[in-house]
Amino acid sequence: MSDVTVTAREARHALTDIAYYPGCSLHGTSREFDESLRAVAAELGIGITEIRDWSCCGASSGHTTDHLLGVALPARNLALAEAQGYDTVLAPCAACYNRLSAARLAIATEDGLAERIPDVIGRGFGNTVQVRNAVELLRDAAVTVEEKAAASLTPNPLEGVKLAAYYGCLLVRPAEVCGYDDPEQPTSMDEVISACGADAVDWNMKVECCGGAFSVTRTSSVVRLGRAIIDDARAHGAEAIVVACPLCHSNLDLRQKAMVARGEEPLPILFVTQVVGLAVGLTPESLGLERHFVDTEPLIARLVEQAGARDAEERRVKQEAAAKAAERAARQKKGSS
Amino acid sequence: MSRIGVFICHCGENIARTVDVEAVAEALKDHPGVAFATGYKYMCSDPGQTLVRQAIAEHDLTGVVVAACSPHMHERTFRRACDQAGLNKYMCEMANIREHCSWIHEDRGEATEKAIDIARTIVEKVKHNQPLESIRIPVTKRALVIGGGIAGIQAALDIADGGHEVILVEKEASIGGHMSQLSETFPTLDCSQCILTPRMVEAYQHPNITLHTWSEVESVDGYIGNFTVKIRKKARSVNEDLCNGCGDCQAACPAKKIPSEFEAGLGKRTAISVPFPQAVPNIPVLDRQNCTLFKGRRKGLAKDACGKCKEACLKGAIDYDAEDTFVEKQVGAIVVAVGFKLYDIGREQPEGLKGYGEYGYGEVPDVIDGLQFERLASASGPTAGAILRPSDGTEPKTVVFVHCVGSRDPEKGIKYCSKICCMYNAKHAMLYKHKVHDGRAVAFYMDIRAAGKGYDEFSRRAIEEDGAEYVRGRVSRIFRDGDKVRVWGYDTLNGEQVVIDADMVVLATAMRPQDGVRELAQKLSVSTDEHGFINEAHPKLRPVETNTAGVFVAGACQAPRDIPESVAMASASAAKVMSLFSADELEREPAVAIVNENTCIGCMRCELVCPYGAIEQREICTVDGQVCGHVAYVNPGVCQGCGTCQAVCLSKSVELQTFTDEQVYSEINALCAWE
Amino acid sequence: MSDFEPRITAFVCNWCTYTGADLAGTSRLHMASNVRIIRLPCTGRIDPLFIVKAFERGADGVIVSGCHPADCHYTSGNYHARRRFAVFHDIMEFIGVDPRRMTFSWVSASEGAKWRDVVDEAVTNVRALGSFEAYRALAPVEDRKA
Repeated sequence: MSDVTVTAREARHALTDIAYYPGCSLHGTSREFDESLRAVAAELGIGITEIRDWSCCGASSGHTTDHLLGVALPARNLALAEAQGYDTVLAPCAACYNRLSAARLAIATEDGLAERIPDVIGRGFGNTVQVRNAVELLRDAAVTVEEKAAASLTPNPLEGVKLAAYYGCLLVRPAEVCGYDDPEQPTSMDEVISACGADAVDWNMKVECCGGAFSVTRTSSVVRLGRAIIDDARAHGAEAIVVACPLCHSNLDLRQKAMVARGEEPLPILFVTQVVGLAVGLTPESLGLERHFVDTEPLIARLVEQAGARDAEERRVKQEAAAKAAERAARQKKGSS
Repeated sequence: MSRIGVFICHCGENIARTVDVEAVAEALKDHPGVAFATGYKYMCSDPGQTLVRQAIAEHDLTGVVVAACSPHMHERTFRRACDQAGLNKYMCEMANIREHCSWIHEDRGEATEKAIDIARTIVEKVKHNQPLESIRIPVTKRALVIGGGIAGIQAALDIADGGHEVILVEKEASIGGHMSQLSETFPTLDCSQCILTPRMVEAYQHPNITLHTWSEVESVDGYIGNFTVKIRKKARSVNEDLCNGCGDCQAACPAKKIPSEFEAGLGKRTAISVPFPQAVPNIPVLDRQNCTLFKGRRKGLAKDACGKCKEACLKGAIDYDAEDTFVEKQVGAIVVAVGFKLYDIGREQPEGLKGYGEYGYGEVPDVIDGLQFERLASASGPTAGAILRPSDGTEPKTVVFVHCVGSRDPEKGIKYCSKICCMYNAKHAMLYKHKVHDGRAVAFYMDIRAAGKGYDEFSRRAIEEDGAEYVRGRVSRIFRDGDKVRVWGYDTLNGEQVVIDADMVVLATAMRPQDGVRELAQKLSVSTDEHGFINEAHPKLRPVETNTAGVFVAGACQAPRDIPESVAMASASAAKVMSLFSADELEREPAVAIVNENTCIGCMRCELVCPYGAIEQREICTVDGQVCGHVAYVNPGVCQGCGTCQAVCLSKSVELQTFTDEQVYSEINALCAWE
Repeated sequence: MSDFEPRITAFVCNWCTYTGADLAGTSRLHMASNVRIIRLPCTGRIDPLFIVKAFERGADGVIVSGCHPADCHYTSGNYHARRRFAVFHDIMEFIGVDPRRMTFSWVSASEGAKWRDVVDEAVTNVRALGSFEAYRALAPVEDRKA
């Protein structure tokens, strides 16, 4: 039984119909994040609907070019969600999540911005929409995750498996923008991993930089930083690293070949939605696990086998105990008659 | 008929640059009731005051108005000048045309007009001033010192040596404060307890000092010269008169693993214990929270689960049924010297502060703070003076010292500098190197603040003689990596990142006010700043007084400070107290409320609102002694002059002298001069 | 109308707001010159009739300012002032006086900038409301120039 907070139980009822903002990466290079998210949402009874006519959130280019632009681009999407009748937007990509949340905060606090934005985006905006990312959503749904994992017909391949939760930067910082977890020692993804029956290791690189967008322009830095992350996860016994950001995934997965020494086993990088999917019994194919650069098949095959063996062993032990109990009962009956 | 003299000060350029002083003088000359009006360069100077005195004599003035700076600056000065010239000093008022006019406006025309209005308004007020006499009240020549650290001890000794009684109240079981936890002190590396304990003993044995340890101030009533204080003596469970400090009870106590507060969590103590061997008084306290017997009693056990200390005590001093007792005393002055506590980097923080998640939120065992390092370095500490890692007891070969943890960090909620950390970090680096010759000491700093006598030389010694490495830059992360503590820092002078695999890290955490200081401040009617440090009356010129007359402040409870400054402040407070006690009577301002018994209807609404309980009922008798009613009476010794009673009086029978209705209405009416 | 400059009387307590206003001066914080301060020991001393008298005698607006709750130099004077002012404010509103002519604030001895803001805001608000001549016309006071 994992350590799930009371607020998570209370938050359950709010997860029925959410606006979904995929952003460019979830329809592109991180398709598996989108696939696994949809599969898991369906399984957990969370209704998500893509915002109609959504557009670019601006990501880093937006806010580094001009403040108003950096707020207006995400604000348009929030305004669309508002107009389409939603009060919550799910933005799984960490950068989209951060920009949408930052825009929300800016419009609520900066003088005059709330008045200017409707002019710029060409529609009214009441700033009533809340923004969530996948980790937050799953943490709030942790009770359901646990229940589904327990009720799954196949044994949970992640039971007791050591996983390292990697948050990167934009999921939890700046603290005023994100606010749902501690910026230096976050625990939300760890809670999700625990709810899946796995063991979230206590390691040192949870929030350390992966090199971000320097993947193309300073690849050597990304390789150096990524290696430190992977080495630390391995040193703490993790069998895979769990991420919730397309860029983290890309840097650690796509570029991992340059980070591991010759002959060293690579470390699979899993999206948190894929982890939840495996725990509740979904197939690896439905979760897009074949799309990774670091092959996930060996790990999953091994975990499934181990889970199967463990399950069989448990059954055997139970059967033996039942048989012994029956024998004892029979003897007693014989003795008394 | 009023004959008021108006003196308008140029204050050099301060007023004259914006206000046309001569125009003001001209306007006031024509004001009804003004007999003389003139401008002058510097009214507060000696010739300026002479001008006032001369004018009083020459023009037979009945009142004086000095239009200049704020009355908070010079009301006393000019009142004294009037007094010297034979004019009752309460016939003198100031019109604030500097802070409230020339300094805040640019337009000369507007400022001059406003200055004329302000001067006229005060002239109208003075027309209704009364020649009052100071009130004299007796002074109780006994002082209360709250806090038994080095500042409190020093203040108590000075006042006691001056021949007056002192009550010293300390909330811990022993006096000594944080100084008793230190190993050595900068800049001399004097053994801290060696220089402190003689003072502690002196305070204990001084015939004029009464020590109440394990006690707190419960309430304070009254006013300067006449405070009534109630002290709560918390239950020690040990009779102070019978105990002889033999220590048998401690030896017998079975609960031996309680983290010791004195050892900053690095050592253990028993449930019944004195905080340290040299404790003064050497009388233990039974910690009822952790005592086996009391745990049993709380569970409702029929029979007491332990009684070993009582059995071991040959003096029969243990009393499990002791309760808190109260002592009430009259004192004339109070010195607040409650000291400081250290900021902790943990997750749980009071409002407005954040912890250091990047340094591990205090959960890495080999990351300690300054007081913990002092205990390690102390010969009487948990490791007998050896520098050892808390995690495994091995000697650390690389120690990193981090300056400014919390201090100067607006992100975490503390903007101020804690003043002592640069010095004690140098001290710690030196102590470490003296004990671990082949050890490596690395200090990450922002700036070195070593401004005292011998301080800079001391901090250079750490580098030049003891080989400490000083790196200018901040530490971005501290975390455990296997056996080591990894420190990620930056060297701004070389422009390089620095990674150190340390064995131990010592954080120089910020100095903060004590817990409970806001509650204490409210009891004393003194104010605290946004951090909780006690406010002094004036930051430059009145550093040991508070805004409450009779209450003085000394030491680190007013702001971060080191030992020599705390001692200096303590002696300064003591001097203030002794000057207060030097006369048998205290002169009080006559700004008190007086009831007109003829018009008072005895509704006693005034009694309900008086914050000081200064108002009582007084019976009215007929000629033949029959009681026929009652009226209100204000005790001039207790009244502080707020005027709340006057505002609620239905029959307008109570008047606050110096702010009567006539005076206030005359000021309001003077506004029609705007037309 | 465009030339109208409001006249504002401020009743302030000696220990907090008066000292805060001094600090504003020491800090050379410039502000509107329409305010005239009347110093009192405590806001608890303020009789509501002072405010009425001020309006009667030429003020277009009034400021009452004292110590923050829990910080009153006389412990509770500011609480009494607050309660008194709350009732008085409603009465004035009932009889048709625009409540925006009266400002109630807490300004401590260290809040020079806050005093400047209170003054500037009050002057702006009262300037927008215009002269209070209408009130004075109701019951002209004989012999105004005392």
